[in-house]
Amino acid sequence: MGLTKLNNISVEDVTSIPVALGDMVLVSSATASASASVEFTLGDYKEYKFFFVNMHPSTTSFFQFNLSTDNGSNYNVVKTTTNFISYHNESGADSALAYNGGSDLAQETGDQRLGSLKTDNDANLGGTMQLFNPSSTTFVKHFITRTQNSNIPYSEEYYVAGYANTTSAVNKIIFRQASGNIDAGKILMYGIN
Amino acid sequence: MALVTVSNNSLTAVTAIPASIPTGALTLIKSITASSSASISFVDGTDGVVLDDTYSSYIFKFINIHPQNDARGFYVNFSIDGGSNYNVVKTTTCFLARLSEAGTGADLQYKTGEDLAQSTADQILNQEVGNGADESVSGSMQLFNPSSTTYVKHFISRTSGYEGNFSGEYDWHTAGYCNTTSAIDAVIFKFNSSNIDDGIIKMYGIK
Repeated sequence: MGLTKLNNISVEDVTSIPVALGDMVLVSSATASASASVEFTLGDYKEYKFFFVNMHPSTTSFFQFNLSTDNGSNYNVVKTTTNFISYHNESGADSALAYNGGSDLAQETGDQRLGSLKTDNDANLGGTMQLFNPSSTTFVKHFITRTQNSNIPYSEEYYVAGYANTTSAVNKIIFRQASGNIDAGKILMYGIN
Repeated sequence: MALVTVSNNSLTAVTAIPASIPTGALTLIKSITASSSASISFVDGTDGVVLDDTYSSYIFKFINIHPQNDARGFYVNFSIDGGSNYNVVKTTTCFLARLSEAGTGADLQYKTGEDLAQSTADQILNQEVGNGADESVSGSMQLFNPSSTTYVKHFISRTSGYEGNFSGEYDWHTAGYCNTTSAIDAVIFKFNSSNIDDGIIKMYGIK
């Protein structure tokens, strides 16, 4: 057994304390900087929650994600999804709530769109995504997202939900732009106990 | 002051840590795994469940809730008498987005037949969930300030379900309020005319 040392104001080598520290655990985070993609390795949490903070593209294009069952060698899991959006033009001239048939997937392996982004300096996307029980080898893998983006001159809100239609464990997730790099932004991945 | 002792890499005498150290605002209160269960309920004061003014809101997470029978609705109801009766009056809205695996039926629609107007009936959280081996519903529901004796009790739910008959995705949104100023102290989840064959429901408190 290693000797536990008191080191200034930190206590080294402690692996447990009998005090609840919260059940939403920051597993990993990544800050994009002209990045082609951002990838995360998934484990055994029953739910993962991702936070997208100021995602900004280098090229006007969709922000999207995909999943892998082979540790990132291929991001091509079959998915069936829905997408609906609400939007409003800055001029006040155009607004709607509508199913967005161009951004859903029916048993397709392509990336799922999460929002449409422009390159204006202040344009960006924020939001969240829940992914349920990715390590299951019994059930398909459900996910739910809600993002808000400045598709200038529109304010757009994207609602995406669906499932990865596989009973293999999903072990990697990738976020990327449909074209160009993720110029800036931060993605945080939490595991929910 | 008790001496903090070092015991095999754990600090056994620690009962609190300084407020300057963040401890997280999401606390797991109870996790229940279904096994051919008629329902799953969370009752304040029972089996470690806290559903009172300890937290300002509560979140229930649904992980792969799988019905024994095919194409069953997944429902919630509330109690103000410790689970003796689940019959709180509710007014709610619900809508869904859907798409089949064949690429048909793409739709965003309000579900007039599934909302409630001052009704004590169970509220649907997803419709016609399939019982195929890999089919289930997952999602969450947030319940705000259930112990209030001043306000009605709002709740918001969103679930992603594999719809058995449609063979596709149902992204189901439900929101509403329990129209009572009595404290809500129990919540029940169940399928209509089917056991919950498998699945986990987790209850969290939000500080």
